[in-house]
Amino acid sequence: MDRKTAAESNVKAPERALGDEADRVRGRLPRGRRRTRGRLRSLVIPFLAIVTALIIGALVIVFTDETVYAAFGDGVGRGVARASSVITRAYGAFFSGALGNPVRIITALFSGQGTQIRRAIYPLTETIRISTPYIFAGLAVALGFQGGLFNIGAEGQYFVAGLVTVFVGYAVTGLPGIIHLPLALLAGAVGGGIWGAIPGLLKAKTGAHEVINTIMMNYIAFRLAEFMLDANGPMARGDGRPVSPEIQPSAYLPQFFPNQIEIRVNTGFLLALAVAVLVWWLLYKTTLGYEIRTVGANPRAARYAGMSVARTVVITMALSGALAGLSASTDILGVLHFMPNAFSSGYGFDAIALALLGKSHPFGVVLASLLFGALRAGAQNMQGIAQVPVDLTSIVQGLIIVFIAAPEIIRKLYRLRQPVASDELVTVRGWGGA
Amino acid sequence: MRKRVSIGLVAILLASLVLNACGGGAASGYKVGMVTDMGGVDDKSFNASGWKGIEDAIKELGIEGSYLESQQQTDYATNITQYVNQGTNLIITVGYMLADDTANFAKANPDINFAIVDFAYDPPIDNVRALTFATDQASFLAGYAAAAATKTGKVACFGGINIPSVSIFMVGYEAGVKYYNAQHGTDVQVLGWSTAANNGVFVGNFESTDDGRRTGEEFLAEGADVIMAVAGPVGQGTAEAVQVAGNAWFIGVDQDWTLTAPKYTDVILTSVLKNIDVAVFDTIKLASAKDFAGFGGESYVGTLANDGVGLADVADGAIPSEIVDELEDVRKGIIDGTIDSGWETYLSGL
Repeated sequence: MDRKTAAESNVKAPERALGDEADRVRGRLPRGRRRTRGRLRSLVIPFLAIVTALIIGALVIVFTDETVYAAFGDGVGRGVARASSVITRAYGAFFSGALGNPVRIITALFSGQGTQIRRAIYPLTETIRISTPYIFAGLAVALGFQGGLFNIGAEGQYFVAGLVTVFVGYAVTGLPGIIHLPLALLAGAVGGGIWGAIPGLLKAKTGAHEVINTIMMNYIAFRLAEFMLDANGPMARGDGRPVSPEIQPSAYLPQFFPNQIEIRVNTGFLLALAVAVLVWWLLYKTTLGYEIRTVGANPRAARYAGMSVARTVVITMALSGALAGLSASTDILGVLHFMPNAFSSGYGFDAIALALLGKSHPFGVVLASLLFGALRAGAQNMQGIAQVPVDLTSIVQGLIIVFIAAPEIIRKLYRLRQPVASDELVTVRGWGGA
Repeated sequence: MRKRVSIGLVAILLASLVLNACGGGAASGYKVGMVTDMGGVDDKSFNASGWKGIEDAIKELGIEGSYLESQQQTDYATNITQYVNQGTNLIITVGYMLADDTANFAKANPDINFAIVDFAYDPPIDNVRALTFATDQASFLAGYAAAAATKTGKVACFGGINIPSVSIFMVGYEAGVKYYNAQHGTDVQVLGWSTAANNGVFVGNFESTDDGRRTGEEFLAEGADVIMAVAGPVGQGTAEAVQVAGNAWFIGVDQDWTLTAPKYTDVILTSVLKNIDVAVFDTIKLASAKDFAGFGGESYVGTLANDGVGLADVADGAIPSEIVDELEDVRKGIIDGTIDSGWETYLSGL
């Protein structure tokens, strides 16, 4: 839980950066103390949103458990006892599946036994592995939000990038890893980037809304993948299954535990962190980033300031698509090593939630992705140990987003004070567009 | 005050973490785990059927069984890992999408036995039992019954995705219709699949009941009055369309649809049974026996002869009683090999 504390401290950064500029313009001193308090306050809502979602999740678990009803039949005391033991069991499995069991990790570390240590840290490695594609996809949507664009096409960009990456991965042979791997990654980024740039171009040239066009591009991407990977399709492996051939080992992302097939955490995670820093640098330290944010904040003002809104829109969408594409590339090059037709990951759609939760800031997205990775890893374990359906994660995820998107609910629920107006802009701007 | 309550709840959650460390699962008996594909265990199709086999084994053989559902491709390995770490004796993976992961884990864990539904490795893997089904034999019978039941002279079928485990139904269905035509001098046409053209109608997924309804309506508009849907839950949409239209029949696959989707009973002509539960039960029985010496790469093929596939009862009054008797003769003919149910011929012709 305390990971969240760190999570929220970054969340205010976009407003802060803009605020600082505003302060500089007005010739004011930076608001040091005021800012720290504001930052702390801004993490209250996401934290309470997560806690509230988990509490409601617990209620769902209890209300769908027949043994609880049976126990209540025997008396209220029995029922309450049963309910709390069901929750303890489920959430115990959930947390140990997401973060590992601290007792077990410590004993394993002291035992010094390889197998024990690997099994103890396995849950953590799964959380990190699952959060890797989430980071890329979340960054994609967040970058779009920053530029005032709502990229709902991350899922389609993911598919196209997957096709391109896997093709470069299996069809290009004889290259050393040091060339093949970057080439495959680049191919994915370019594939996703082109798929993202098309709706950007349509918006810039014709004014067609990117929400509509990215959704439509999704369908084209899904059907394209279906055609390419159909059992008799051009990219099929040829064993009667709708899957691509395996990629060459030279295109594999290096694994942290190369000889352990169950531990799949790989260097894609480091790449994701590096790209998050890169996106932050792009947004807040470069002219292009400033243009993206200005177009996002107020396209008319941007045009008045001499920026090319059309060009910025296309670039933003292309970069967004490239980021979404990398999410597929890392999954294929680091985890799957092939592409199945039924690739449907939902990452592209979860990414919208991630960008909202991370308040469209790259570091906020990283932390939100780690949270979602933990939720998914925990859910798989909870299913195995406590027989709670994995769908519970979707419920918890959904609730978190509802509470983040409608903070009023949380404020009412916990009787929080209304914040000053300036704390609450951002993120939804993408809806309107230019 | 409320804040304090939520802090208390967080404390409980954290405490549960520590408590969980103390609980160790007491292992006893033979443990079987099933990993579903993305359809989930309540798909009323092959995941559900596989799970029924485990439930039967829990009751009759006293084994311990559980399942893990997968939401996406990368979950398969996660779930298999869970079972490996839990010391599971037999891991059953449902569907060809799990073939790569199953092979990897089977090779890395030679002391654990695996079984995979709908996929056979070439060459076979020692500790994996492939569970495949000659569903063409059963759908041949369904085609025969459909040809007898149609009044318009047109019967239809469609699939989810064009993969062998789906098209095998359609090949057998068409062969059954043609056999009926040859026997009775009729000219019943098959829409949605042609073995000669090696192509047919596929909706592209195993989820969308909307696609099922739309495809069903199209076939009805083209004059077909019997429709077989080989697409899992997609067929529910088709059954709905058939029920709304009236005067037409629906043929279900995998399980007996009068049991799994009873609200469509009045339009269900019959169901092509792919008894995955029988195969799973058979595999558990084999592997949990005391003198079990390993699969040795042996595979299971469900046929009419071993009840791995079959045809559910045909709706009362849908076909004349002499056709019901003929179906029994055709069944015997397929079992003894005098009637060709189509799939082997189709494969050799590719």
